[in-house]
Amino acid sequence: MTETLVGTAAAAGPARPLVQVENLGRVFDVSPPWLNRVIERLPQRLLRAVAGVNFTIDRCETFALVGESGSGKSTVAKMVVGLIPPTTGQVIIDGVSMTNPAHDGQRRALRRRIQMVFQDPYASLNPRWRAFDIIAEPIRAFSLADSRQEIAARVGELLTLVGLDPADGAKYPHEFSGGQRQRIAIARALASEPEFIVCDEPTSALDVSVQAQILNLMRDLQDRLGLTYLFISHNLAVVRHMANRIGVMYLGRLVEVAPSRDLFRAPRHPYTRMLLDAVPDLEMTGRQRKAVEGEIPNPIDPPAGCAFHPRCPFANDRCRAERPEPVAAGAGEVACHAVAEGRI
Amino acid sequence: MTEPVLSVRNLKVEFPTRRGRLTAIDDISFDLMPGEVLGVVGESGAGKSITGTAIIGLIEPPGRIAGGEILLKGRRIDNLPPDAMRKIRGKRIGMVFQDPLTSLNPLYRIGDQLIETVQTHTDLSAAAARNRALALLTEVGIPAPASRIDNYPHQFSGGMRQRVVLALALAAEPELVIADEPTTALDVSVQAQIIALIKRLCRQHGAAVMLITHDMGVIAETADRVAVMYAGRIVEIGPVRDVVKQPHHPYTKGLMGSIPTIATESDRLLQIPGSMPRLTAIPKGCAFHPRCPARFAPCDQVRPELAGRDRSQVACWLYHDVPAPAELQP
Ligand SMILES: Nc1ncnc2c1ncn2[C@@H]1O[C@H](COP(=O)(O)OP(=O)(O)OP(=O)(O)O)[C@@H](O)[C@H]1O
Ligand SMILES: Nc1ncnc2c1ncn2[C@@H]1O[C@H](COP(=O)(O)OP(=O)(O)OP(=O)(O)O)[C@@H](O)[C@H]1O
Ligand code: SF4
Ligand SMILES: [Mg+2]
Ligand SMILES: [Mg+2]
Repeated sequence: MTETLVGTAAAAGPARPLVQVENLGRVFDVSPPWLNRVIERLPQRLLRAVAGVNFTIDRCETFALVGESGSGKSTVAKMVVGLIPPTTGQVIIDGVSMTNPAHDGQRRALRRRIQMVFQDPYASLNPRWRAFDIIAEPIRAFSLADSRQEIAARVGELLTLVGLDPADGAKYPHEFSGGQRQRIAIARALASEPEFIVCDEPTSALDVSVQAQILNLMRDLQDRLGLTYLFISHNLAVVRHMANRIGVMYLGRLVEVAPSRDLFRAPRHPYTRMLLDAVPDLEMTGRQRKAVEGEIPNPIDPPAGCAFHPRCPFANDRCRAERPEPVAAGAGEVACHAVAEGRI
Repeated sequence: MTEPVLSVRNLKVEFPTRRGRLTAIDDISFDLMPGEVLGVVGESGAGKSITGTAIIGLIEPPGRIAGGEILLKGRRIDNLPPDAMRKIRGKRIGMVFQDPLTSLNPLYRIGDQLIETVQTHTDLSAAAARNRALALLTEVGIPAPASRIDNYPHQFSGGMRQRVVLALALAAEPELVIADEPTTALDVSVQAQIIALIKRLCRQHGAAVMLITHDMGVIAETADRVAVMYAGRIVEIGPVRDVVKQPHHPYTKGLMGSIPTIATESDRLLQIPGSMPRLTAIPKGCAFHPRCPARFAPCDQVRPELAGRDRSQVACWLYHDVPAPAELQP
């Protein structure tokens, strides 16, 4: 990595967060095809994948999103990098809106500074390109190296950084194992020397020793180059290790945002508590992990009131009728009536 | 003595490459008994997925099984003609691929793919197959399956796709399930549900499961025995308690040491220094010796074989009789 980024990050000084996510929402149409719908008289089906999500990420900070499978984490990530447009709200990165057409020019300049590591490393690597070209592409596209030798040296360095061999650059994606492909995706994301990286399950296919190597690398780069991360993982231990702040999602909404330390020491939202109780027991003390109880609700027809109420041990009539809004709790925010009323 | 569901004997898998022959699997053997879950862990690129792919006969040419044999309920399956093997796949052996997109066709609805699989392996009517498909989706925890069954794969989240693939593998109630990272993208609660499902399958149908995962929490909870792989070989195999709580092989020890936990906060995770050798350049002696903190005289000379210590087996000179100095070059 060149050291120039340190300068840019520091010079941009003002306290404005690097990433501002405002009232973000996304609805998908999952209706059967139009013709079937007409013939079989089926209603249109809308799926609210994300609704009313607000958070900010400061420079050099790691903000993590956790939550159940299907709760909307990847959808938020894709809207943050501008891959899919939001239905409501907006994302602003370094003052530039990711949706406003007036910001088109500035957004193009922003592209190099933002990278994403996708949840599915298979789909994101071009099967007909050698690993070398996959990693070199952003270096060429953004003219980050002048000569062939310089590009080769840089690609070799990136491969070594993620625990592969420079000679592996000659191989095609199908010749790598799952975890090796994931590391190529990470090397590619680092190639354009970005300031902000959105990582969707970046280490989910890695064994724990390579995972440790990659996570340590990500933290080293953050310290050295002032990187900012939006980090999505289902692994709470990994999140605890990486994140400064954590947002917990449930059925498309943020139910709790808190500094990492507070969240693990004193989870507030009943769903967060349940999530922490369900972590598997590695010590094999015989502790039965508590299963998260109840049905996973349907995002097409979410429960009224608090979406978590059918599974919540603290739910009362108000919970079943009125949706809780996020309120300040400690250093974070929680959307729960029981917490707001001081019942728990 | 009950017969193992699966026996792998001295399996060897090779890929010819531009740089010479690459031995991805080098002489591995293990048995899987009815109702047993064997966890397989190990370094990324160690050969876990290739082992599974070899068992179901889907090694991509020019790769090939270069030695050994694979037996399903006592009958060899590694030398069957492609037709016979196709009948076994899906019906008697269910496979969950690490890459969910291998099993899912992006152009077909989730439901149609499930129904087709169910109908290929059973004689259910279309309506009954649809009900079975809905039941399978419920079992793997897809909420409101009736309103999602007609969706396309891209309309599902990563973890939801992974669960559909598991539903596909279980559709015919196979005798052997090879599940390659079936829970990687799943949060803890869905993970618990999937684990319960796998265990029920073993208990009720006497199925055997080869569970490839890097998630030690899942292993600790699900597996009866664990095999640890490094550079194409099994370096340690034994009951899960022994391997997780008292690992013997220095690689296994390093692996257990790098697991982050939610109980502690630390700035750096422990990592094993260096990285796995390229399979075309496996060092002489023990393949782990360049990274091993405990290496001594024989380690860079003679390869340690997997050998017993009680119920566990380890391939490491620390636990075997060291060859006489005369056999070692100075
Ligand atoms: N392109 C799409 N069309 C229709 N529905 C979609 C689409 N993408 C996502 N969804 C739906 O939106 C919801 C949220 O999906 P998302 O991928 O954001 O979940 P996630 O939190 O990342 O889950 P996972 O942990 O399983 O990856 C899911 O119900 C999913 O089926
Ligand atoms: N088609 C191929 N041609 C050449 N080499 C291959 C091919 N497929 C796999 N390999 C190599 O074989 C080795 C074993 O791969 P495998 O996919 O079994 O690893 P794995 O243990 O499943 O790793 P991971 O945990 O990363 O998924 C890897 O080093 C890989 O590079
Ligand atoms: S608002 Fe009510 S139902 Fe929702 S989490 Fe809080 S207590 Fe439970
Ligand atoms: Mg996702
Ligand atoms: Mg694999």
